[in-house]
Amino acid sequence: MIGGLFIYNHKGEVLISRVYRDDIGRNAVDAFRVNVIHARQQVRSPVTNIARTSFFHVKRSNIWLAAVTKQNVNAAMVFEFLYKMCDVMAAYFGKVSEENIKNNFVLIYELLDEILDFGYPQNSETGALKTFITQQGIKGQFQTKEEQSQITSQVTGQIGWRREGIKYRRNELFLDVLESVNLLMSPQGQVLSAHVSGRVVMKSYLSGMPECKFGMNDKIVIDKAGKGGVTDEVGKSDLGGGGSTSGKQSIAIDDCTFNQCVRLSKFDSERSISFIPPDGEYELMRYRTTKDIILPFRVIPLVREVGRTKLEVKVVIKSNFKPSLLAQKIEVRIPTPLNTSGVQVICMKGKAKYKASENAIVWKIKRMAGMKESQISAEIELLPTNDKKKWARPPISMNFEVPFAPSGLKVRYLKVFESKLNYSDHDVVKWVRYIGRSGIYETRC
Amino acid sequence: MPAVSKGDGMRGLAVFISDIRNCKSKEAEIKRINKELANIRSKFKGDKALDGYSKKKYVCKLLFIFLLGHDIDFGHMEAVNLLSSNKYTEKQIGYLFISVLVNSNSELIRLINNAIKNDLSSRNPTFMCLALHCIANVGSREMAEAFAGEIPRILVAGDTMDSVKQSAALCLLRLYKASPDLVLMGEWTSRVVHLLNDQHMGVVTAAISLITCLSSKNPDEFKTCVSLAVSRLSRIVSSASTDLQDYTYYFVPAPWLSCKLLRLLQCYPPPEDGAVKGRLVECLETILNKAQEPPKSKKVQHSNAKNAILFEAISLIIHYDSEPNLLVRACNQLGQFLQHRETNLRYLALESMCTLASSEFSHEAVKTHIETVINALKTERDVSVRQRAADLLYAMCDRSNAKQIVAEMLSYLETADYSIREEMVLKVAILAEKYAVDYSWYVDTILNLIRIAGDYVSEEVWYRVIQIVINRDDVQGYAAKTVFEALQAPACHENMVKVGGYILGEFGNLIAGDPRSSPLVQFNLLHSKFHLCSVPTRALLLSAYIKFINLFPETKATIQEVLRSDSQIRNSDVELQQRAVEYLKLSSIASTDVLATVLEEMPPFPERESSILAKLKKKKGPGAVSVELEDGKERGELNGGGDRGGDAAIAASNASTPSPSADLLGLRSAAPVSGAAPSAGSLLVDVFSEAGPAAASAGVNDDGFLRFVCKNNGVLFENQLLQIGIKSEYRQNLGRMYLFYGNKTSVQFVSFSTTVSCPGELQSQLNVQTKTVEPLVEGGAQVQQVINIECLTDFVDAPLLNIKFRYGGALQNISLKLPVTINKFFQPTEMAAADFFQRWKQLSQPQQEAQKIFKASHGMDTEVLKAKLLGLGTALLENVDPNPENYVCAGVIQTKAQQVGCLLRLEPNAQAQVRTRARAHTQMYMHTHTQMYMHIHTQSPSVLLCAALIASLTAVCVFLCAAANQAWRAGNTQLALFSLALFLSHSPPLSFTPFFHFLIHFSPHIDSTLSH
Repeated sequence: MIGGLFIYNHKGEVLISRVYRDDIGRNAVDAFRVNVIHARQQVRSPVTNIARTSFFHVKRSNIWLAAVTKQNVNAAMVFEFLYKMCDVMAAYFGKVSEENIKNNFVLIYELLDEILDFGYPQNSETGALKTFITQQGIKGQFQTKEEQSQITSQVTGQIGWRREGIKYRRNELFLDVLESVNLLMSPQGQVLSAHVSGRVVMKSYLSGMPECKFGMNDKIVIDKAGKGGVTDEVGKSDLGGGGSTSGKQSIAIDDCTFNQCVRLSKFDSERSISFIPPDGEYELMRYRTTKDIILPFRVIPLVREVGRTKLEVKVVIKSNFKPSLLAQKIEVRIPTPLNTSGVQVICMKGKAKYKASENAIVWKIKRMAGMKESQISAEIELLPTNDKKKWARPPISMNFEVPFAPSGLKVRYLKVFESKLNYSDHDVVKWVRYIGRSGIYETRC
Repeated sequence: MPAVSKGDGMRGLAVFISDIRNCKSKEAEIKRINKELANIRSKFKGDKALDGYSKKKYVCKLLFIFLLGHDIDFGHMEAVNLLSSNKYTEKQIGYLFISVLVNSNSELIRLINNAIKNDLSSRNPTFMCLALHCIANVGSREMAEAFAGEIPRILVAGDTMDSVKQSAALCLLRLYKASPDLVLMGEWTSRVVHLLNDQHMGVVTAAISLITCLSSKNPDEFKTCVSLAVSRLSRIVSSASTDLQDYTYYFVPAPWLSCKLLRLLQCYPPPEDGAVKGRLVECLETILNKAQEPPKSKKVQHSNAKNAILFEAISLIIHYDSEPNLLVRACNQLGQFLQHRETNLRYLALESMCTLASSEFSHEAVKTHIETVINALKTERDVSVRQRAADLLYAMCDRSNAKQIVAEMLSYLETADYSIREEMVLKVAILAEKYAVDYSWYVDTILNLIRIAGDYVSEEVWYRVIQIVINRDDVQGYAAKTVFEALQAPACHENMVKVGGYILGEFGNLIAGDPRSSPLVQFNLLHSKFHLCSVPTRALLLSAYIKFINLFPETKATIQEVLRSDSQIRNSDVELQQRAVEYLKLSSIASTDVLATVLEEMPPFPERESSILAKLKKKKGPGAVSVELEDGKERGELNGGGDRGGDAAIAASNASTPSPSADLLGLRSAAPVSGAAPSAGSLLVDVFSEAGPAAASAGVNDDGFLRFVCKNNGVLFENQLLQIGIKSEYRQNLGRMYLFYGNKTSVQFVSFSTTVSCPGELQSQLNVQTKTVEPLVEGGAQVQQVINIECLTDFVDAPLLNIKFRYGGALQNISLKLPVTINKFFQPTEMAAADFFQRWKQLSQPQQEAQKIFKASHGMDTEVLKAKLLGLGTALLENVDPNPENYVCAGVIQTKAQQVGCLLRLEPNAQAQVRTRARAHTQMYMHTHTQMYMHIHTQSPSVLLCAALIASLTAVCVFLCAAANQAWRAGNTQLALFSLALFLSHSPPLSFTPFFHFLIHFSPHIDSTLSH
């Protein structure tokens, strides 16, 4: 039960203020500004409790979104809603920026009226929303009475996320497996913690009301299939994703969540993911794995303190995947002490630069193939200080993008059935793509 | 780039600051600062020489970053370098950085001190000033150590510039305040004092701050400053407004200096020198005169400056308190301010008048403004001003205007601010009491007070009313009547009910003649409030009811009915329940005579300082103090003879009962303090003897003793006041006993003493050594006493412990038997079956065996029996006796003289047929109906005693008899009598036959022993 929702710009000026419940007073807007946005100490907790009122906030570039409530709500639900809100806004007018929010002022209020009712989140499926909340406004001649009533029945009906009568000449389907891999490694190369959080994002352009079935190399399903002796169709399993070791067949998923369109009862009973997809882009599922993760890069740091005023750093990175694949947008960030007065860097590949404003050496490599290694060495000059405090040595962090799923997930099939219209699974053009990105990928030095 | 505008521009700094200001977010700001810091670090790297300008610029940037809240851990060296620059701006920034950023324990402090020293010794006054300011700003101990000697020299040197002198004086003041022990004036004192004569007013102003501070610490050394200050003051006061040029502030000559001079003079008594004094009086008169002159300017600064001097002068006049003329004039001047437009002035006037009112010279003058003050109290908008007005009214009150002032304060109380109500109530209560000529007026006033502001009437206030009413016969009737009337209001404050309950309980009879306030009406009136009151009030009302029973026997039935009702007698509050039960019992058992004695009217309270006054003193610090000074003389008039009037009931009741609901009637604690007839006390004990534990009484207290035969630790004795715990340990023939005396009350025991005595022949059998205890036992505290015991030979009796102490004035005496019995010196011995029976047979002589058959009065639990036997001190031998039902024990009694081996066999018999045999020197045989055998093979009669003790534990009285019998036959009269005593103390209606039997047999012996 969200009591109200406010959007502020970076200065703390209120751009949007919508109050859903009476227990949220006018001063709540100011309370958040004073205690969080303008707080003396930076507020790092996303949940702030001020005078028995809870404020949940997320920040998108310079924009603050804050949901307010006096009740004991499910915080995860509130944040889910806030992120969804950002997605919806982005789907309507692109980037969530101060300018855009000001320009789409009326639209945002309209959206807020629709997706939150008395503080309870409602249908926030962009596709469905776009049918009746339009930027142009509804004009009589374009929409007949029938169409209007159709919208009503569809929105309030059982399948609220897809309208009927969609037609495409070419039935197409795009499937992206997006993963971010998180790591903390000791200087000796011991993995202290690692996990992958992934998403399966789909873009579907299918006619009618198709029924889809999605299969992946989930351990439970594979084991079950193996025991039963029934071999599932392996169909598209070889599409892309060559990075993983061939020996590994299945992966253990720790937990997953699904889009509202997935029939959970079927998942619970048969472990099969079947659904009627929304039209356009949506996120089918989210999952997390912690076992048998393929770490695309290994960072080997070497830090030597030469006297009080000098520091030598050598960092080697090794790529650990098939040589045929190319990693992109590689960036290594080596923190420097706070009393750095000068830095000299030598690297074999890419570009490296000392960024004083961030107290770090940033080493960028555009592309790197698998099973290669590269190194950087830097000499850091230090200024003697009064402080006897030792440098805390923050971890070296890394960013990259690789064309496979570090969790080892593979799409085995995605079948489409549409009984009413005349097209079969074979007529649908399907595209699968794997992208593995770095989350918090750190190595201690 | 060096050449660019080498002036003070510092463009880079301006750009940096504007960059920071333009940052859109905190992150952006931090990024910008990090960048700048990296830039500065690279500049300070050391391989490049920086010119002064850039150094200054970067140090400035660092300073700015520090002020934004970031840590700066470098750049100190550069700042110190700046100190040695010859440019003023660079030096200034260096000093600035150092006074803001350098902490006192930095290693740079030596360098800094060196730079400061150089500057101090330079001839350049601006540099000297900068250095002095830095010292004053840092003000650390190290600085003081380094420069405390230097600065006075600069201060008094003839060739020092005026501005430097000013700085030096203030710097010295700062150092003196920070570390007074390092700043030693000694030789400089007179020269510093003479700075008062300096030509330059600025120097004088700075110096006077220093002198005031110094002279307040050691006035004698600076005594000479008085005459100088007076002459300086008179020069300023008499000067025309234009004379002082720069130091004339809105037509007022040197107002700050004048104020400081006047304040300095307040450190000293009036000057003794006639000329000086005359001059000073003249000055003060001039100041007062000037206040009368029309203002020279309409500007507020002008009047502020003028009034500042005036108020300072008035405080000086009040401080001297010796010039009636000036005091009266000051008072009149303040009187004018009372009606001034300016709220601040009115406030100050009221405040000053408060102090004026306490002076005997001006008291009358202050009184003339009473109307204005009362008006202020009513109409002022600012609560702090009203508060001052109330203070002033309190201060100016005396016998002549008390009634008026009290009435005004009472009427104001209805609308007064909540913050000052409690204080007002206290003041009204004090004034009403202090100036009461007519006590009925006093009672009226206080009852009114309770009615108007009951919530703010503290306990002390209503205690005080009751004290006064009780101590003064003449108002009692009136008080009863007034209280009765006041209680008739539909909504009464609880405090009113308390006063009403108390007064009607004591003096209800005085108005009972009137049919409108007949006893029953009074009772019903009180009881109608009962259910609305809190527990302490209800308790008080219950006491009032019992007093009613005494005063009006006709109400007895009604009141007993009330007391008997479930809501009283089964009240969940233990205090109320106890009162109800006790009062009910008291009223139904005791005769009217007893009742009358117990419930006698309260005796007058002893005379002491008013508790309300004490409370007000606690509440208000300095403001009220001067007023209290006259209390001494006022008290005389108030309390007339001195035997009347009285002190807080709390004092009395606290002394007697520690329970939070102080029993005002003094019933529960009748004996100790309140001086009720001693017979009442003892009667009370009789009445209550069947309910509750008997109070500590003289005579040996035995009940704890027997429990310790088989155990070493526990509580020996406990009553309402005292708890005695025991911990003891024994090894061979030695024992150590720890006694813990716990004071259960909140009042201390005084002259607490304990003695341990060994009666009769025990003295030769037992050696007991005690350590003395502290004579004072605080409330709730516990003291420990160690007793060392040595067993010389076998013994029968137990040592006596006698405890004496004073509690609330009454002497308490407790006698106890210390649980030292022969079995404590048992040493357990393990032996095998064969061994045991061999020894058992060896001890076959008739006088070596004691055999007893007795009936177990409790069920026989194996575990309990085992525990008992182990507790006795012997070793319990398992698997020795062929019959597993039997218990076999062995032990050695250790005494200094000898060691006695003992074998013991207990043969429980499940059959109905019972025998007890105890064998010692002689054999004893007796038929009873028990199921136990007990064999004691011993050579000592004391073992028999153990057997007796065990038997008594299991309450086997018959066996006791037998033991006595046995002892008697053995010729041990003492043991026999002891067994007898045990028997008597334990005589349940079990079986008297053996006892009679015994008596018949031995009565002649007993007679002879008794006579003996």
